[in-house]
Order: sequence, then C-alpha cells, then structure tokens
Amino acid sequence: MYDFTYQRASSQDEAISNYKNADDARYLAGGMTLIPVLKLRLDKPSDLIDLGDLEDLEGISEDNGNIVIKAMTNHHTVNYSDLVKKHIPALATLAGTIGDPMVRNRGTIGGSLANNDPAASYPSAVLALNATITTNMNNIEADDFFKGMFETALEEGELIKSVSFPIPEQAGYQHFPNPASRYPIVGAFVAKTGGSVRVGVTGAGPCAYRQSEFEEAWSDGNMDPERIKDIKISPEGLNSDIHASAEYRAHLVNVMARRAIA
Amino acid sequence: MKFGIGQPVTRKEDPKFLTGRGRYVDDIELPNMTHGYVLRSIHANAIINSIDVNSAKNSPGVISVLTGEDYAADEIGSITCDSINPMLSKGEPQLRPHPALIKDAVKCVGAPVAFVVAETLVQAKDAAELIQIDYEILPSVTSVLSVREKDTPIVWEGTENNISFTFGIGNEGDVAEAMKNARHITKATIVNNRITTNSMEPRSSIGAYNKGEDKLTLYSSNQSPNRVRSELAHTILHIPENKLQVISPDVGGGFGMKGGFYGEDVLVLWASRKLGRPVKWTSERLESFVTDSHARDVVADCEMVFDADGKVTGLRVSADYSVGAYVAPSGGISPMFFTLLLSGVYAIPAISVVTRCQFTNTISTAPYRGAGRPEAAFVLERLMDMAAQELGTDPVELRRKNMIKSDQMPYQTALMHAYDSGEFEQIMDEAVEKSEWHSFQSRREKSKIGGKIRGIGLASYLEGAAPFNERMEIRFDPGGDVTIVAGTHSHGQGHETVYSQMVSEFLGVPFESIRLIQGDTDKVAMGRGTVGSRSMTVGGSALHLAAEEIIEKGKKIAGHLLEAGETDIEFDSGVFSVAGTDKQINIVEVAKSSYTLVMWPPHLGMGLEGIGTFNPGMGNFPNGCQIAEVEIDPETGKVELVNLVIVGDVGTVINPLLLEGQIHGGITQGVGQATLENIVYEGKSGQLLSASFQDYTMPRADDLPLYDVSSHPVPTTTNPLGVKGAGETGTVGAPAAVLNAIVNALSSVGVKDIEMPATSEKVWQALQNAA
Repeated sequence: MYDFTYQRASSQDEAISNYKNADDARYLAGGMTLIPVLKLRLDKPSDLIDLGDLEDLEGISEDNGNIVIKAMTNHHTVNYSDLVKKHIPALATLAGTIGDPMVRNRGTIGGSLANNDPAASYPSAVLALNATITTNMNNIEADDFFKGMFETALEEGELIKSVSFPIPEQAGYQHFPNPASRYPIVGAFVAKTGGSVRVGVTGAGPCAYRQSEFEEAWSDGNMDPERIKDIKISPEGLNSDIHASAEYRAHLVNVMARRAIA
Repeated sequence: MKFGIGQPVTRKEDPKFLTGRGRYVDDIELPNMTHGYVLRSIHANAIINSIDVNSAKNSPGVISVLTGEDYAADEIGSITCDSINPMLSKGEPQLRPHPALIKDAVKCVGAPVAFVVAETLVQAKDAAELIQIDYEILPSVTSVLSVREKDTPIVWEGTENNISFTFGIGNEGDVAEAMKNARHITKATIVNNRITTNSMEPRSSIGAYNKGEDKLTLYSSNQSPNRVRSELAHTILHIPENKLQVISPDVGGGFGMKGGFYGEDVLVLWASRKLGRPVKWTSERLESFVTDSHARDVVADCEMVFDADGKVTGLRVSADYSVGAYVAPSGGISPMFFTLLLSGVYAIPAISVVTRCQFTNTISTAPYRGAGRPEAAFVLERLMDMAAQELGTDPVELRRKNMIKSDQMPYQTALMHAYDSGEFEQIMDEAVEKSEWHSFQSRREKSKIGGKIRGIGLASYLEGAAPFNERMEIRFDPGGDVTIVAGTHSHGQGHETVYSQMVSEFLGVPFESIRLIQGDTDKVAMGRGTVGSRSMTVGGSALHLAAEEIIEKGKKIAGHLLEAGETDIEFDSGVFSVAGTDKQINIVEVAKSSYTLVMWPPHLGMGLEGIGTFNPGMGNFPNGCQIAEVEIDPETGKVELVNLVIVGDVGTVINPLLLEGQIHGGITQGVGQATLENIVYEGKSGQLLSASFQDYTMPRADDLPLYDVSSHPVPTTTNPLGVKGAGETGTVGAPAAVLNAIVNALSSVGVKDIEMPATSEKVWQALQNAA
C-alpha cells in the first residue's frame, strides 16, 4: 500500500468538497474492493475519503411502489431486510450470495455499483428491475449507468446517494459462482415489472448487460423457461479466463436465466 | 488409562492456537530490526543486461540494496539439490546450483534478483520500485507436456534437452516378455496436474547476527530446523554448525513445502551479518503462490499388461516430471517416491519405470503432502479402472484378482520395496461394504430422475512412510515434571498431545506434567524434523527407547532408595517396587531423589533422563481404500462430491481423534487436486495466472461431504509401537478415488477420461464433445 491521506467525512457536502480539493481522491465506502487494490499497490490515490460516518446514506424504505436503498447500506442489511424480503425477495437473495459474512457486513450497494466490477452481483438486478440511481447531481436510469468494465456514467467526484428499485410482480436471481472467488462467473436476474420482462446478466461480459433475446421470448409476460431453452447466446465479446471460456459463459447465461425463474 | 495410547485425547495445543496465542516468526520483533523485500523477475526466461540500484539506494529509509554481484563477491554458497537417490539415478544429474540472488539470467517468474533492506517494509517496497533492470526476454517453456514436444525452448542454454536427472528401476526385459504374451494391454497417458500448498502461515524468516559471539540466529517457518542448520552452515555460509542457531517456533502448516530452507533464509542471514542488524522477511500471499515450491506436475505414458485371466503381468511407465528451473534441495524426493511405488497394492511380476525430471521455466517442485505417492497411486488406480472398462470386468474384482494377499507378507515387489504387512483385500471389502457399492445402481437411477449423473469410484493404495532415524530425549526436572526434547517438529500435527500420551503410558507420569520442546537447534541436539509421515514411527519409537532407558536408570535409583538389589526392582505404571514385598516408590519421587544435593552415591549420577534413537530401516507402508461418489449436473458440469468412504491401515492408532483429523485434512487436499486446484502458467509469457485465492481454488467446507473414516489397523513389525505413517495417506488415495468416480459418471455417456482438476467447464466440455 502506498501512503495516502485518510479523511473521514462528517457530511455529504464535506465529502464532495474534500474530493474536489484533493489531488486524486477516492471515496471509501465498504472498501471490500478498494482496500485489496491498495494493498496490492494497484492504485495510488492521494486521499481516501471515508464515508463511514454518513448515517444519512444508510437505510431502506418503501416509497411509492419502489424500494429505495441508500448507498451506504451493506449487503447483510439488504439480505435481512424485511421490506426487501417482502417486496423483492430475489434482491435479498442476491445480496446474500455476495462474498462471505465479513464482506456482506462491510460491502455496500453504492460501492458495488460505483466500482462496476464485471462480476459484481448488483448490476444484474439494477438492470433487470430498471432501477434509478440517485446521485448528488442526477437521477440516472439503469440503462444509462453501466458503461463498460469498471466504467459508469458517474462524473468525477459524483456521489451515489441511493438506488430506487420498482417493485416487480415477479423476479428471480441465479448465479454460477467462480469456484475460487465465488463471484458470479455468470449471474442472471430476471424480473417482470408492470407486465414487461427484463433480464440482467452479470459476470459474462466486460460489464453487466440485458439479454434482449430472452426478453423478446418472454415479451408477453409468460416467463416459461422452455421458451428460451434453445436460444443460443453468441460467445463473441464475452469474458474468457482460466475458469470459464466465452463459450461456457454463453451457455451458462441460458442455464442461469432459466433457473432464475424456475 | 484416560490419557494413554489409543485414547481420543483432545489437543493440548488447541487453547493456545485457538485463542491467538501462537507465536509465529512474523510475530517476533527484535530490537533494531530491519525489513527486507525481495525484488523478483517478472519474466519466465530472460538475460539480465543490467541492474541499476542507485536510485533505490538513495530512497528514504533504505539501508542496503543487495544484488547477485554482492552475493558472489561475498562468496555465499549456492543452493543445490541434495536428494538424488543414487540407487535410482541414471546418468549424470544436471542440478544447476543457484545463488539466492540471481545474477545474469533469470529462469522463472519470481526468481530473486535484488534484496532491499530498509527501516520499514513500505520503504523497502518503495525503493524496489526504483530498481531498473534491463531484461532481454527469451522463449520459455512452463508446461511439462510442452517439454515433450520437439523444438521446445531450452531452459538452460547450451544443453541439448531439458532433462535434469533421470530415475529408472525395474526389469525392462521381463516387461517386454510379458507384452509378447499379453492378452490385453491398457495404454494411457496420465497427467497429474501442478498444484501448490497454501499453508495458512506464509513463509517468514528473520536473520539476527550477534557480533559479540560471532553467531547467527535464523528464525524460520520450516519443518526441519536441524537439517536447515546443517545445510546452511556447511554449503551456504561456510561456518561451524554451532555458530548458527535455527529456531522454528510455531509454524502454521508445512505439508513438506517448508521441509527445507529457501533462498530467503540465506538472504536474511547474510544481510544481518553484513549490516549488523536483524532482518525480517515475510512472504505475502501472492509471493507464496509465485515462490513456494509447487508439487506434482508429471505426465506418464503407461502400459499395463494383462493375461487371459485378468492378471497383471507387466507394467511400463515412462514419465516426465517437472522440477522447475532451479531444482529445490528436496527436488529429488517426489520423483523418487513416484518411481518406487508403482507396484502399489498389487502383485505385478514385471515393472519398468523411467522418470525423466525436466527443467521448465517455473518455480521448483518439491514434496507436498504425499510427495510422489499420490502420483503413483493415481497412475495405478486410473489404469485399473480403464482396464476394467476395456475388459468389461468389475473394477473391484479386477483389483481383487491382482492384490497382494495378506498371507503373501512379507512381499518383495518387482521394484525396490518389500512390504512387511497389509490386508489390502479385507480393507477394500470393508470400504465396498461401507460405501454400499452394490446398491449404487439404485442411487444412480434416483439421481437420473433429478436430472443428475451419478458415479462411483474407488482407489486402493499404498505409500511409503517414515524415512530416516530420529532422536528423542525425556528428562525429569528436580521438581519431578517431565520435558520431552523432540527431534521432530510439530506444525499442526499435535505432537505435544500424542507424545504426552505415550510418555504418560510408558512412565506412568501425569499427562499434564509433560511439556514438549522442539524447533530450536540450541535445545535439540539433533533431529530430522517432521516430513514423510515419520513422527509417530521414528519419534514415537525413539521416545519408547528413551523411556526404557529411564526405567533402567530408575531401577538403580529405586534399588538404592528401597534398599534392595537393582535386579529385584520391578516397574509397572509409574511405580518401582521390590519383587515379593510391599515396598514401592513412585517414579516422580525417584526422579526428585535423583537430584539429591549431598550424600548421593556417585554411581547413580545426577538426574533422571533418557535418550532414545530409532532407525526405521525402509520404513513402513500405510495403505487404505477410498471410495468416492459424485453427482454431476450435466447442464453446468458441476461435480458434487456426495460421499467419501475411507478405510485405512496406519498400524497402531495412538490417538483416533487426531488420526481422524489427519485423514480429513489429507483427503481434502486430495479432493482439492481432483476437482478444484490448479497452477496455471500462461503458455507464451510464462506468467503465473493462478496467483491469488481469486483464481486458485482451495477446497472449502461446502465443497465436501462428511467423510466416513474408519481404521483397519495391521500393526507393522518394523517398529516397537506397530505404528505406520498417517499424515499423508488421505491425500494419496483421494485424487484417484474422486477422479474414478467422475469418469464412472461420465462413462455412462461415453467419456473415457478427464484430466484433473475436473472443473465444471472441463466436465461440461467433455459432455459436449461426447454428445
């Protein structure tokens, strides 16, 4: 780890202004990705601005047909939230598959989305549920948020405040974990909201995306797994590593999408 | 006897380790200590045109930056392989001794090129980033399969091939004859993949020079401090052994990987003497993956010859074993066991083995739990299953037909070993019974209804354990409490518990009154450490002899105290008594009296202690049968191990609880190799791709079923306790049993073989290809 200046913000405004004033700052949410990256000397920020004291960024509420999860809410809280379990049980399930108990008690939804790891779990849910990401500057639609590997629509210094998930009629999530890291090799989140079906896929490509072929097959709202069983996903552009080739990932996208709603 | 031999005594060591009170090398802080960081090669094969360390030397906090030039100038010795068995070696070995800092050309990723010593570790790392190295990159070869190809890159320029040394044994003429008369020959190329240990505690070393005494002290996380002292003193530092103290305090797992010394041990000693301050180096996890010795990595062309009755009449194995770029001091051990153990539990009249140990641009291979024995068992047990399939025979019956029967013991194999004891067939039958082998078909049908493919597989196996002689001391202090000074080294095994059980039984002293000293060459006169499943056999037997010596001495003292002749004194359960009388005295009182200050007969000496040494000869042959059952999800290829039965023979069981722990850990490391673990170097660049827990898959509790463990002890006649090695037997059988189960499942759809690890993708791919 290289030396850096550690700051602990006492308000959102202070966090944002300190970020601007620093040479090359990073926000520190749960730190479950950032800290290992720093320990391996893969990043060299001038300042870390710890958001851990910002209690107004924590909590889950129901608001006009949406479940709103504030950015600093950790995965364990989402996993065990009565509100989430009642209205979007698949999202609670997804949160319970992330990392291990220690990671789930530190890692946050805002941190996960801002980092946009190709194998992060939440992006599939954000896409499938057509969530809205609220920052200190904007409301960003799910389809506009994920731009590429570790790339998002967030501007430099922009801070995620909350994520608003419309309550679906039906939703399911399944992932095939990498045996070593237990991140999804492929994760599929399938949701029907207001009669329309969306499928979010993570792990398979450089960045989470929607599987339009499946959405079309289910466009009338009948999510019969048999309807997509024979749809072959092209491996082109998908990730390939020592655990899974692009061909295998393409195959798993189909299996996971079917199992998500089985 | 509550704490005696055979009792499931819980571990004395556990409260310390489980409450975080262990003291490992990295916990040790010496006054004025500095921190070392090793800068390593980022290339698999490259010439070093130049190294510029000037900026690094001027970096804040830096005390010294050492390179291969300095190493050579100070005439520090080279590290070389000292484990080539001359009885097996064919031709002149090319061992390529290497310094602990490489000078002119690096031969694998991770090769050490500079050692930066600074006030803090961060400063040492910062400085290391300023070192400029001009590399000229050469082609590299990292896979042992590629070594077999024509026009493969040569690791050491100026040589015709990559062979370091070759082991050969057996009678090729007899095998050729058997082939002529063969009814069937099962031929296969069997690959045993490269894996790594991942001890929980990474390697760590501190060198400390005492100028006043001109003495060096090494604190090092290793399994054999006395061996490390001898080798470092004589071949590396050229100093008397009594000027080097090696301390191995609590060590968090060794598994053979920490069996000897490493270059970093040399670096901290050399630097501390040069700089006059203690120097600490601790491996990071990534560094462990890159620089800890790896294991297995052998590919074998095999031919198993059968006659018309299904009897094996011959076996030919021609293998290539990767030893890495720099042959490790113990680099000859695993290929040796592999070569010698290819008769296994079978009566095979003719065997011929050639094992070529090949250089590759990788880190060295060296013993890791099993060390050649899992590789040999894997060859035999895969061949047996393949042959059963080809011959249309039941795999259990084919094995039964070829097994050495208990009434054939002692049995001289066609290779070097003669087995003293073993009931292989009975053990297999017990395992078959426990696994409900004969009702497997109904379980397979049930799995099929659930969309899964089920398979069952077995491995009957044998290994060689307990090398080298050993020395143990038992002594009473003037207060009557007991100290054991062990030449072995416990690093997770629980020796303090089992040795205390033994001494408590031998001498009738309280279990609680016994303490273990180990791991310090200033306290332990000599010992060979703990490797090769040897401690219960050689340590335990030496302890038995030390206790005998104490009893003999005690009889003299008791005779004096009880005013009787020495020959009239009897000893039983801690009490000396005069035969035929009620006169008696407890051994603890005898011990206290032995330190009497005045009026003590000179011929009784001072104190009560015993030293035992034991030589195990050819050692012993632990064996067993493991049966695995798997269920495969054909849509994803995921393999679930649903049952694993082991029936094992480790001879006399000292502590069934600790034995079961050893078996559990051993099996798990074998299951890991079969289904999950794999070291992967990128073919072209020679970079290590599986260099973190994100990419190297360790087995976890949720990958495993509850094992069904039982013992079938056949005490060996080769030591007074009847014990056989127990530390490695789980690992020896598990890979073959699990892989046989997986292939059994896949064979129902036409798949004949699959390489370890049988990962989900590999299984899925095999199913695709078969469809």
